[in-house]
Amino acid sequence: MNTEKDLTVTIAGVELKNPVMTASGTFGSGVEYSDFVDLNRLGAVVTKGVSDVPWEGNPVPRVAEVYGGMLNAIGLQNPGVEVFCRRDIPYLKQFDTKIVVNVCGHTEQEYVRVVDRLADEPVDLLEINISCPNVKAGGITFGTNPRGVENITRELKCHAKQPLIMKLSPNVTDIAEIARAAEAGGADAVSLINTLTGMKIDVNRRTFVLANRTGGMSGPAVKPVAVRMVYQTAQAVQIPVIGMGGIASAEDALEFILAGATAVSVGTANFYDPEATVKIADGLERYLQEQKIDSIRELIGAVR
Amino acid sequence: MKKKITAPVLENKKIADGIYDMTLDVPEIAEQAGAGQFVSLFCGDRSRLLPRPISLCGIDAEKGTIRLVYRVTGKQTGTAQIAERKAGDTIEVMGPLGNGFPLEMAEGKKVFLIGGGIGIPPMLETARVLADKAQVESVLGWRDAETFLRAEFEPYGTVIAATEDGSVGTRGNVLDAIRENGLSADLIFACGPRPMLRALKEYAEKNSIPCYLSMEERMACGIGACLACVCETTEVDSHSHVKNRRVCKDGPVFEAGEVKL
Repeated sequence: MNTEKDLTVTIAGVELKNPVMTASGTFGSGVEYSDFVDLNRLGAVVTKGVSDVPWEGNPVPRVAEVYGGMLNAIGLQNPGVEVFCRRDIPYLKQFDTKIVVNVCGHTEQEYVRVVDRLADEPVDLLEINISCPNVKAGGITFGTNPRGVENITRELKCHAKQPLIMKLSPNVTDIAEIARAAEAGGADAVSLINTLTGMKIDVNRRTFVLANRTGGMSGPAVKPVAVRMVYQTAQAVQIPVIGMGGIASAEDALEFILAGATAVSVGTANFYDPEATVKIADGLERYLQEQKIDSIRELIGAVR
Repeated sequence: MKKKITAPVLENKKIADGIYDMTLDVPEIAEQAGAGQFVSLFCGDRSRLLPRPISLCGIDAEKGTIRLVYRVTGKQTGTAQIAERKAGDTIEVMGPLGNGFPLEMAEGKKVFLIGGGIGIPPMLETARVLADKAQVESVLGWRDAETFLRAEFEPYGTVIAATEDGSVGTRGNVLDAIRENGLSADLIFACGPRPMLRALKEYAEKNSIPCYLSMEERMACGIGACLACVCETTEVDSHSHVKNRRVCKDGPVFEAGEVKL
């Protein structure tokens, strides 16, 4: 008989039953994937980005496959925070998992409106998307210079009742500087990486594959970049780091945890293995058993 | 719980230039599937991650098999890899996915089953299940004389052919065939390339014929979560409250009037 292993981790005072979360935008609000996995098994569900009013997103084609990954330019299509609060929060409340709401906006005021609207809702954490490469205003424009990151973090901290995770873009020169700016602005945690800006060209039609021309690259091919950035970030800040970027197995998740991530998010892997999240949680437990380690927390940042 | 299944390949053969015909032993899917639904097929190569949405050309619930007729989109593509599978190999498959055609609407009616190119395969299963419930008139369009699946439609009703090069049937497209033969129907079910669907939508509106179109779009998750494969709609959709419905989940079959083409 195996001894019970401790998979719990804590982010800004919120205890997750295990470090496995979903990556925003890949999992909706969990409704569709609940046909494939028991949401009760997840550390947290991170919802698709929510804006103050409905956003229709970009024209199609919105996705393209690339070697070992994909590009997406969905453009944050979502029903807006009112419908989200009425429909998606009550849905997620049925499960014993933490709710992390990803918040997006074109302007600071739009982010503020969403954060204010969520203040009295039963959500555990907010993840602020200052890193989406696929919208014309907002998103990444807030996330690519340190002063901008610090300012929006500080402003949203004044409004938010839940702890704030700032989701960072890898499309920057110095991730450590950006992460320190988020910490200076009062962020309770940072998550990274959002997608890497990419492009694919159809040589037969001699045009861009994506209607948006550029898209965000994700999937196993980006993992080494993501692990490196999580490591650099964990070295630079005291607040918890949530790692993501190409995680498809427990071994992948462990790389991020050893590099300094307190929790991990699974994104693109859901598309080709809808059970990926639960398999990873199981795999982490198995690893602790095999390695005779009592708690996953012993592994956080263990490689220096 | 639903899951991705590793299914034995029973047969996988070329039936026309670039067109393959595969049968999978997968009772879990065959028992639930309906005409107009699709499955996600996985290439089994970690460099090609995303599933390929393939419509159901045949469903045999008794034998527990599904039949997929698909186009290989080019050399060294995911579909080329799928075409390499032999009887006895396995392939990962998920489904059935999507809504399918509203078959009950066809009962007792004269129905056009219209297929163009690689949109023909799902119409074969539709013809099979409607054969004894409706008066089936299959209007099918191919590029040239390689009129794959044509003979298989014949037991289920009248078959009208159109080819772009005029080698078989009407020269032109399915609408040219409808006009040339002076055909009419009470209901239209169709699958095919976007220009064909656009023309049919117009034709159906002009002639006040209820019309259901099976749409295609690049997909990622295939189950309605990622919002990659949306199509523009005339009314606000119930999922995102914009005018973008999900082809994989809300479709692939839509009433012609509700989509913008």
